[in-house]
Amino acid sequence: MKKLLIGNEAVARGLYEGGLHVVSSYPGTPSTEITEFLSKYDDIHSEWAPNEKVAMEVAFGASLGGARTACAMKHVGLNVAADPLFTLSYTGVTGGMVICVADDPAMHSSQNEQDSRHYAIAAKVPMLEPSDSGECYAFSKAAFELSEKYDTPVILRVTTRIAHSQSIVDVGERENVDVKEYVKNPQKYIMMPAMAKKRHPVVEERTKSIAEYAEDCPFNKVEMGGTDIGIVTAGDCYQYVKEALGDTVSVLKLGIVNPLPTKLIQQFASKVKRLIVVEELDGIIETHIRNLGIAVEGKSLFSPIGEYNQATVKQVILGETAKTVACSAEVPVRPPMMCAGCPHRGMFYALSKNKVTVLGDIGCYTLGAQMPLNALDSTLCMGASVSGLHGFNLANGGKNKTACVIGDSTFMHSGVTGLINVAYNATNSTVIILDNSITGMTGHQQNPTTGYNIKGDPAAKVDLESLCRAVGINRVRVVDPYNIAECDQAIKEETAASEPSVIISRRPCVLLKSVKAKSPVKVDPDKCRGCRKCMTLGCPAISFKNKKAVIDHTLCVGCDVCKQLCAFDAIESEVR
Amino acid sequence: MKTTSLMIVGVGGQGTLLASKLLGKLLVSQGYDVKVSEVHGMSQRGGSVVTYVKYGDKVYSPVITEGEADYIVSFEKIEAARYVSCLKEGGRIVVNTQEIDPMPVIIGNTVYPTDVLDTIKAAGVNIDAFDALTLAEQAGSSKAVNIVLMGRLAKYLDISKEDWLRAIESTVPERFKELNLKAFELGYSI
Repeated sequence: MKKLLIGNEAVARGLYEGGLHVVSSYPGTPSTEITEFLSKYDDIHSEWAPNEKVAMEVAFGASLGGARTACAMKHVGLNVAADPLFTLSYTGVTGGMVICVADDPAMHSSQNEQDSRHYAIAAKVPMLEPSDSGECYAFSKAAFELSEKYDTPVILRVTTRIAHSQSIVDVGERENVDVKEYVKNPQKYIMMPAMAKKRHPVVEERTKSIAEYAEDCPFNKVEMGGTDIGIVTAGDCYQYVKEALGDTVSVLKLGIVNPLPTKLIQQFASKVKRLIVVEELDGIIETHIRNLGIAVEGKSLFSPIGEYNQATVKQVILGETAKTVACSAEVPVRPPMMCAGCPHRGMFYALSKNKVTVLGDIGCYTLGAQMPLNALDSTLCMGASVSGLHGFNLANGGKNKTACVIGDSTFMHSGVTGLINVAYNATNSTVIILDNSITGMTGHQQNPTTGYNIKGDPAAKVDLESLCRAVGINRVRVVDPYNIAECDQAIKEETAASEPSVIISRRPCVLLKSVKAKSPVKVDPDKCRGCRKCMTLGCPAISFKNKKAVIDHTLCVGCDVCKQLCAFDAIESEVR
Repeated sequence: MKTTSLMIVGVGGQGTLLASKLLGKLLVSQGYDVKVSEVHGMSQRGGSVVTYVKYGDKVYSPVITEGEADYIVSFEKIEAARYVSCLKEGGRIVVNTQEIDPMPVIIGNTVYPTDVLDTIKAAGVNIDAFDALTLAEQAGSSKAVNIVLMGRLAKYLDISKEDWLRAIESTVPERFKELNLKAFELGYSI
């Protein structure tokens, strides 16, 4: 049956049909929907793990136990899971295992644009890279057999444009695969030096075998056209090349990007006058070809930064630029921002007002860095706010008022280890957990603090207050971020305390269906003096027209935070 | 058939995703090869958003670049100006005249350029600008602005009105069907 599917749904469908039994993942744009779609199938076990390392280890354990398994993560999530990955390469698998990783060239929703293909090379595991939803489906489905045949986890790499683009997929039926019988095998699965030393040569031999497979892999294809230029490419870049150049060039499209074929490339190169690699981010295929002693161009023509498209290819290869509409209108930028009624806003306002140096983390609240709140001093990676704050205080303790902010899901992911360090190595650090009862930025996934699992069924719920006390924090308090005075007082007291502390800023995400909006507030124009105090919140519902503040009743959810700031009582609740 | 390129642009939260879902379903039912591309995640939080829809005998790239779009549907006034350079010569832009202040305007760093549509017209672009928000409210909800705009787009595409209506019926939840059919009709006929 033909369906229009986003790449991530096609991956999910392929894994499902390929006989997947267990999937464990941590959400991260642009990978999240793979696991969300998988969670809709009741005949497989799906779960959100606290982080990617846990997810991959669950997938490992399930594979050891004989099941076909998968985990999905964004590129930076693979950094977190790199530890199990490198040794999983040594152990290999019992049930087939697919690691889905979604890269984000151009950083639509990420803190860097690292190229995950390096991981496949470094860990010596095969990597497949589809170029549309049809291939997402076909490659994912075939990946289990590849995994079991060569006794290795297989990485499936997508990029944002593949993960989030819809194209037509002809879906099929689920293959019923039994969970294999468990047989104890210490030589293969206990990676202590004596055994690991014996496994490494197995990995090297395996790489040779898979490289041979890559020569005839059905996922690689040659499309001969004009022979003045031959293009080697993979993933979304294949689409850009075909659109820009059609059959004026010949194309070698690679579906397996590690290990790379040798003879196939040599043969292709011998048929064309000029060989060019089109690959986003790093010159990995290009380097491989150059190491074969073949003249090739790539990163000398194309940038290692950001995404490409058909215009990039036309410009670089043909020297053509598009004719565009000559319109001189200047348009102000429209960056993303915290929603009207976002519970993070009140806390950020109070932090900003108290001139606190704030180490930030990864989530919706990273938007607190933007004007007008300008409330953050750093954002590095998941969990780094807590451990970073401890380090900052070691360097700068007492000179600045300091704190860090971290969401509930991010705290579960890797913030709690930093908090243990804060308590154990004792700095006067103030850790603010922005508990909005959901994983927000990735589109509302449950996590261990919400009390629900991926299916929305009730689950064990981490008690944040008890957890913080249990690791050795004595000062733990809960505030409502809709109450500015309460936040202000907590910040003042906790940053002045002579021991570590945790403030839990608790209020559910305003976009949650369970959260009912209150009556919107409105501005009394007779009382408004146009002082713009309410504008310092950066609330999208508040604008300034004819020297007075105006509140958009379609956006306002009645959080009343602006009301608390108004010195002239000009903001009042609308009676419905 | 050569590929037709269509962009939907607007502000995160305006319902552009439902519009692209509707279009995708409609175009597949017409037997075309179709690609629809959008970016999820951070930009959906009130930022500028863009969806690419392409259809024809064979579609390769899922994205649309400068000078390539046959049609742009802009859900907001200044977003039309932000993406107008993607329009090809002779292309058409449909614009909802609704104004949504971006953050630099909200905090008073700059003013909303209310005259952008005149600038676009002066550049010789085929522009169809109208107040889709008011029509959506007439239909029963400001949220139906996406379907009002699809109604207007339908006037320009070579797909029968009946097929559009069928696609709407199979895309929107049952309880919003009447509202959305009315919204489509208002966009199509006024």
